[in-house]
Amino acid sequence: MTTVTGAPVQRAKRASQTIPDSGADTHGPALEPLLFELARPGRSGRHVRAEKTGDVPEKFARKTPLRLPELTEPQVVRHYTHLAQLNYSVDAGMYPLGSCTMKYNPKINDRAAALFADLHPRQSYRTTQGVLALAYELEQLLLKVTGMDFVTLQPQAGAQSEFTALLMFKAYHQKRGDAATRRRIIVPDSAHGTNPASAAMCGYEVTTVKSDARGNVDLEALKSALGPDVAGFMLTNPNTIGLFEERVREVCDAVHAVGALVYGDGANMNALLGIARPGDLGFDCVHINVHKTFSTPHGAGGPGAGPLCVKAHLRSFLPKPWIVKEADGSYHYDTAREDREPERVGDSIGKIGKTLGNFGVLARAYTYMKTLGEEGLVETGRDAVLAANYLLALLRGKYDVAYDRPCMHEFVLTAARQKKQGSSALDISKALLDEGFHSPTVYFPLIVPEALMIEPTETEPKETLDAFAAAMIRIAERIEKDPAAVHEAPTKTPLRRLDEVGAARKPVLRYRPA
Amino acid sequence: MADNPYSPHTDADRAAMLDRIGVRSVDDLLTAIPKDARVKQLGVGPGMSEQEVQAHLEKLAAMNKTAGSGPFFIGGAIQRRYIPAAVPVLALRGEFLTAYTPYQPEVSQGTLQAVFEYQSLMAELLAMDVVNSSMYDGSSATAEAALMAVRLSSGRKKVVLATEVDFTYRRTVRTYARGAELDIVEVPTADLAGNADGAACLVVQHPDAFGSLVDVRPIADAAHAAGALLVQVTEPHACALLEPPGALGADIAVGEGQPLGIPMSYGGPHLGIFACREALVRQMPGRIAGQTVDANGTRGFVNTLQTREQHIRREKATSNICTNEALAAIHAAIYLSLLGPEGVRAAARAGVARAHSLAKRLAAIPGCRIANDGTFFDRFTLATEMGGWDLRLALLERGIQVEASASHYVDGKRRGRDDVMIQCTELTTEADADALVDAVAEITGSRQTVAAR
Repeated sequence: MTTVTGAPVQRAKRASQTIPDSGADTHGPALEPLLFELARPGRSGRHVRAEKTGDVPEKFARKTPLRLPELTEPQVVRHYTHLAQLNYSVDAGMYPLGSCTMKYNPKINDRAAALFADLHPRQSYRTTQGVLALAYELEQLLLKVTGMDFVTLQPQAGAQSEFTALLMFKAYHQKRGDAATRRRIIVPDSAHGTNPASAAMCGYEVTTVKSDARGNVDLEALKSALGPDVAGFMLTNPNTIGLFEERVREVCDAVHAVGALVYGDGANMNALLGIARPGDLGFDCVHINVHKTFSTPHGAGGPGAGPLCVKAHLRSFLPKPWIVKEADGSYHYDTAREDREPERVGDSIGKIGKTLGNFGVLARAYTYMKTLGEEGLVETGRDAVLAANYLLALLRGKYDVAYDRPCMHEFVLTAARQKKQGSSALDISKALLDEGFHSPTVYFPLIVPEALMIEPTETEPKETLDAFAAAMIRIAERIEKDPAAVHEAPTKTPLRRLDEVGAARKPVLRYRPA
Repeated sequence: MADNPYSPHTDADRAAMLDRIGVRSVDDLLTAIPKDARVKQLGVGPGMSEQEVQAHLEKLAAMNKTAGSGPFFIGGAIQRRYIPAAVPVLALRGEFLTAYTPYQPEVSQGTLQAVFEYQSLMAELLAMDVVNSSMYDGSSATAEAALMAVRLSSGRKKVVLATEVDFTYRRTVRTYARGAELDIVEVPTADLAGNADGAACLVVQHPDAFGSLVDVRPIADAAHAAGALLVQVTEPHACALLEPPGALGADIAVGEGQPLGIPMSYGGPHLGIFACREALVRQMPGRIAGQTVDANGTRGFVNTLQTREQHIRREKATSNICTNEALAAIHAAIYLSLLGPEGVRAAARAGVARAHSLAKRLAAIPGCRIANDGTFFDRFTLATEMGGWDLRLALLERGIQVEASASHYVDGKRRGRDDVMIQCTELTTEADADALVDAVAEITGSRQTVAAR
């Protein structure tokens, strides 16, 4: 049985495969043995030729046993094929994980990135003109989409981009001479956890301001939190409730009025594509999660890439090096030309990783932007908003809406009603797995009790949205009749609910070969 | 018809959806946005068909000179190594590639078990207790190791880095240190032990950025005697042949996992390896997969010890990392399971054997010498009478790619060594070696001839 999403509702367990020596606390058959359990001494492939020479001096030689498993290639292929089959993925079905923008990942992007696989980041610019051309063009595209002036491609994820930006804020205030007194970063209570964590890594104290009844930053609360000791304010727009900040310009003005800077968390940029640009709204910078907005695959947790786009007044603090395009159409870096002394690093905060970050991810994002072009990118934002509002309309009757006004690309339901009836957001999320869907983000944002944060994205067809809504409504109706009915969910997944408390109490973080 | 080729909506779908919402157009849903901030034109140009995009990207790619297109000796943390065919076939399956962080473990056992196995394999290779599920790359892993050591030191802010640690790593540590306002001290590896007083950690690289082998144990002893931690930067293939960090006294081991079946891709996505002793795990950054059981008692895996992480602890988290490099960790696990202990050793030995044979031949050229301090592993520095930058350029003109060691010292100005660095792996051929030896002899010889005139 499959749903319209194409995701198998029930996968067959390979019950014939049991753990050879399963240890103390397991009772049932394993879904798939561990590599170590499949191995037998003497098995191996022949992927590289054995070397007769290549001994290292005895003093340095490894004496510690190297207990890696010994397997044949067919075993390895079956093992990972079996593991893959235990995963839910965008390729298999709708993945409405709020704030993660799990849109379809076009396959051409992967093939395009592979064209740049055999290049080392320390090659001369003379041998990487194609890389630099792509990166330079991508920079221009990102600036047009965000309305910013300059960009660095170095950050390898959104969180690293936040950290980069806050280091730049610090450098900016240092240059102006008041960094010592600006010790605080303000975040809304709806912010992603990475925001306060990034601020803390920069040595800042974090002040949280509350949201108002319409789901916006409470402007009065913000104003009373602002002062000459504030370095910056971090704002996600649309925010994590999926709502556009209605007074975003007043918010930015208030922050600027005390000499602080506004950081734009671009996690939800998909909603604004072709609709509005952070650079026109008062932000001093914004990062882009290309693995969200620009369709690069999320890779089971990563990689991503988090280019940081900034206004001109922050340019000099950007990580180095920068790409320079000459009048003749050739490219080089401003700090590493072999034939002349490098330019000064100046105000730059330095390097936060390899020169062009996760270039393989950026090449995918570039491919996507070139494929869609103006019309496609504009349609993307509008379709994301359309899909979310449509799904919200379908679900409004059976679930309570945290802040009920037109949403952007995602919306947040609260399962408060279901909680009173005896089931939780967690139960609903697990029941959805039995329905063949991935769960929404649950228990975030923190300001909404029993939150279910749903982001359908623009690539799910109407019939899938209908099927998802029907599943959500079935679950709500089951809870109305018998709340206990979903307490056992999921029952159709490869495994039942997992003991996370036990995992943390007695951590088993690796297999230890005998 | 849709303008976005991946948009499924027909005009009829859109009309029905708007009708259900109760608005006439999407614009009616966007009233919260200031009117004058609405975009009129992005100016990014028209879209392309897939065929056109492919041709466009191929054209850009043709402007590069790939590593495989000629003799190639650039390496360091990122290495051109043989990638078995099965690695990308398995790791890039859609079920891994297009999943995300396993927030719902019941439908993510593939990711979680693969990551748990990666942690287990890497822990064996490094002989360390615990490995996390990945950091961005070797440089951010090194920086996070320094931050972790500072947290564990109760008040110390001094981090001592060897100048023979990869320069990207050193610069990244310096950048990260601006946040917590750490005191970063850089000294030659030989002086690390003497600078342990008051340090949160000593950071040593073995084999070092120039390929030299380092006697880590006395440095670890000095660190521990001063109440500091030892952070060792290392390389996965080297750990198959050399005594690993866990046996040398390292409290935290970090490195770049790219050589384990991951393409170079001009710098990323790669794999930050991060390992520590068990007692330190509560201060470790990043996600960790752990074993548990489900409601039926069947073994399964979950993300665990999450109270260290930003989504739970916010400003009190051990790091801000969220998205990581899990797919790269899966690549590495597949690579290690395909090669097994013998295969990893064979690949590592090939690099060592070829580097040493090549070094001998190069050192025999008049005016050339190997400039490493002591024994080297699978890369070395070649000093000639001409500068490294100039030799690099002259070799490039002959289609041979090497790195100048001076780039490891660029910090506003050139200083320090001015050699070239030669990395060998199992992909280095006899013909590559011949080409390099001939070219160096010709370049340095013709220079000597000119000088003699």
